[in-house]
Amino acid sequence: MTTPATDAWPAQRRGRRAAMLRAIGPLGIVSAVVIVVAIIAAVAGGWFAPDNPDLPNLSLSFVGSTAGHLLGYDFEGRDVLSRLLAGAQSSMLGPIAVVCMSMAGGTLLALVAAWRRGITDTVISSCLDILFAFPGILLAVLAAAVFGAGLWAAAIALSVAYTPYVARVLRGAALKERSLPYVAALEVQGASGTAICRSHIVPNVLPLIVAQATTMIGYAMVDLAAISFLGLGVEPPTPNWGVMIFENEVGIPQGYPLPALAAGTCIVLVVVAFNVLGERLFTYAQAVRR
Amino acid sequence: MSAAAPTAGLDEAHGPPLLKVTGLTVKLPVDGTRRAVLRDVSLELRPGEALGLVGESGSGKSMTARAIDRLLPPGAQVDGMITFDGQNVGALSGAQLRAYRLQVAMVFQDPRAHVNPVRRIGDFMTEALRTNRDLPADEARHRAITVLGQVGIEDGDRRLRQYPHELSGGMLQRVMIAAALLTGPRLLLADEPTTALDVITQSEMVAILDDLRRDYGLAMLFITHDLELAAAICDRTAVMYAGQIVEVRSSARLHDDPLHPYTAALAAARPDIAMTVGRLRAIPGRPLSAFEAPTGECAFAPRCAHVQDACRSTPPPLIGLAGGLSRCIRAHELRGRLEAAGA
Amino acid sequence: MLIRFLLRRLVTLAASLLIASFVIFAALYLAPGSPLAALSGGRTLPPASIRVLEARYHLNDSFPVQYWDWLRGALHGDLGVSIVLRENVSALIASRIWTTAGLVLYAAILIVLLGIGLGIVAGLRPGLLDTSTLVLTAVAAAIPAFVAAIMLILAFAVQLRWFPVLGNGTGFLDNVRHFTLPAVALAVSSLAIVARVTRAAVREEQGRDHVQTAISRGIPVRRVILRHVLRNAAIPVTTIAGVTVASLIALAAVVEVAFSLNGLGAYLVASAQDKDLAVVQGISLVLVAAFVVVNLIVDLLYAVLDPRVAAGGRAR
Repeated sequence: MTTPATDAWPAQRRGRRAAMLRAIGPLGIVSAVVIVVAIIAAVAGGWFAPDNPDLPNLSLSFVGSTAGHLLGYDFEGRDVLSRLLAGAQSSMLGPIAVVCMSMAGGTLLALVAAWRRGITDTVISSCLDILFAFPGILLAVLAAAVFGAGLWAAAIALSVAYTPYVARVLRGAALKERSLPYVAALEVQGASGTAICRSHIVPNVLPLIVAQATTMIGYAMVDLAAISFLGLGVEPPTPNWGVMIFENEVGIPQGYPLPALAAGTCIVLVVVAFNVLGERLFTYAQAVRR
Repeated sequence: MSAAAPTAGLDEAHGPPLLKVTGLTVKLPVDGTRRAVLRDVSLELRPGEALGLVGESGSGKSMTARAIDRLLPPGAQVDGMITFDGQNVGALSGAQLRAYRLQVAMVFQDPRAHVNPVRRIGDFMTEALRTNRDLPADEARHRAITVLGQVGIEDGDRRLRQYPHELSGGMLQRVMIAAALLTGPRLLLADEPTTALDVITQSEMVAILDDLRRDYGLAMLFITHDLELAAAICDRTAVMYAGQIVEVRSSARLHDDPLHPYTAALAAARPDIAMTVGRLRAIPGRPLSAFEAPTGECAFAPRCAHVQDACRSTPPPLIGLAGGLSRCIRAHELRGRLEAAGA
Repeated sequence: MLIRFLLRRLVTLAASLLIASFVIFAALYLAPGSPLAALSGGRTLPPASIRVLEARYHLNDSFPVQYWDWLRGALHGDLGVSIVLRENVSALIASRIWTTAGLVLYAAILIVLLGIGLGIVAGLRPGLLDTSTLVLTAVAAAIPAFVAAIMLILAFAVQLRWFPVLGNGTGFLDNVRHFTLPAVALAVSSLAIVARVTRAAVREEQGRDHVQTAISRGIPVRRVILRHVLRNAAIPVTTIAGVTVASLIALAAVVEVAFSLNGLGAYLVASAQDKDLAVVQGISLVLVAAFVVVNLIVDLLYAVLDPRVAAGGRAR
């Protein structure tokens, strides 16, 4: 077999970025834009709000769309648009925190299990198997019962429930990476496990990590919103999209669906964006590994 | 574009050709454009004859077999003609196509990928017989066990009940060969059947293929990247480069008296176990696929040791010489000198 | 082979349940304040009630003993007493379990029939149907159950008045009517995910080498699709269908609350808000047990469908 012609390094990097953009596609770019907008709203939404999102004014309760207030008023007479913008913060912050915690925990466990293998792997895998038995929402309800309702209790409970899913995916990828010949070569040269993991294995599974994180933010948003909807997460009157649905649900049978629907649409839009982007990133991650 | 009939190079006559490929050009859609993978390929196979098809990766040898078996990916553009027993293969459809498939059997390179992992071996082997020939299950099993014995698997009854993951790669390839023979084909397309196996299993497999071919009187197209392997069991060998046939020669003469610089380079590049050399001879550059090769000149020109200006001005046709075909405009003058010059 | 695999999974199931029960029980001790305060939900109780609680929960015994007592009681059907309603938790659960079970079953049927069906059709026929399925499912997959709930309430119950909005209804057919909207709300996003995965699995199997082999041997296309493409795609499809159905068990709570259904989930949430810990523990145990059992069934199906699994190694 003759050897392939060698490519110049910059050309290869350019090729990779082009391949990633191609894998993401125009739809992926649109999703990324939506996500960026949501993040901007989360960081600075309160400042952009045209009206005060917290001041109730019962005389305006459930008034529909008017000139200056396109989305109308909620059940306590607050401007819906302002409340949505203000609510972006807790709606986005919670899921991002959940994903950070579960990704950190899951990645660490996966790497340790994949690197050490043997007994360590069996023990870690068994522990993770046990964790699989707890659906996220159940754990959050349990946490709420014990510690009282709140965003942090719910977020921590969810990240504990998500950790085994992250760990399972990453453990598989890390194991495959670890069995590649270059790792054995590095070990023979005397490199330590942590060094190899940090400098070689992690960068190579990084596309997978990013794809997984992106998809999980979508799931975390849905779960956290559900918990807030149940009244066990973010508590009213803190603005939050899930809470808004909970607060304004009464309006629907009465013929005032707009506030609840608006909040629901925000959730769906952002979650779709995360899902689409995450899916495209997954395809890219798999293509890179081949 | 061929200047000579593809039958040149045959030492004996076996009768009218069973398989006749004329001017086959295949283009595949890649990233929106159409890329040529085969350019004007012509070959002939008589009943009972074995033809080796040799080339490096990307030369188009697998694609030729797939075109013959109508297994090209969707969207492929096929020009040229393939006839089997006088019938136009490209025009077949439905029941006729399935009947054709029963007469042409293909053995693939990686047996593990080509056998359904969730079904038993018995199911795999007898499926074609049960569906197309309407054979009752036990009779099909009986035949399967017989053929398994012929490929060297004695406890066929037990093997039929096993799953593919319980068999080694070599065993699985034997099963594939046996399954291919079950429907009584007249042409066997073997696409690098031994490449995925170790050397010892390789020689066993090749011996099995050779014996069976003679016993059943099959015509065989044996695809490989190994010149000597092809020479071992094939009467004639065709060499492919960049989607084109560049030489057709009787296998016995190919190594000693090649007609094309590429063949000579291939033969010289293979290390001889009896010799000691200071440095392995490799062909400079890398093998090109059909769509990468320059079209206005000889595709091998960039890597050829005997290249001249004339080679770069027009694409060379397939020229007939005594004893074979060569796609080199200097074939006549280089005759006899290619072996000595090497790469 | 299969028996050994089944036994291995049963052992894992028992271990999971045991540890899960331990975690659920230990939650009592994680709560700030004394276990007594947790049990009473922060209410002040007359001394007589305190003594009853202490005796019932052996609060003066050591932790392992308490756990063992509770577990023994649970295995015999005694899950303690609800502080709020002063009744046996098991009775309270029993009266509500069929609502939840019926809802989950209804949604599961929708997911399996519609989700897998849609995925197969879209996977086998590229074109307009496929693209529209992709778009629809992308959006539907992101609709959380409670958002779907309010959308459905708005559309069908308020505007169109086809289905009743709230409550369980009486009698089987009426139950079905009442459960339809909740079941659809529960199933929507899972259905979309199952459809997408099914479509991808069917696509991927179609491109596999062994399918080429079957075609090259003259086997009719329809048979190839049934016996090789769909049969092999069933493996990942079963996994995702199983996982989503299992997740319904917890998700049902949200839908029950939205539609005011009197099920275990809604009761769990209410008890969590009321800090009725005994009820929370009891229901959690039941839900986790159901979850683990469903996962076991899925693992079994997976082993039946894929002979490579039972031969060795883990199902995952």
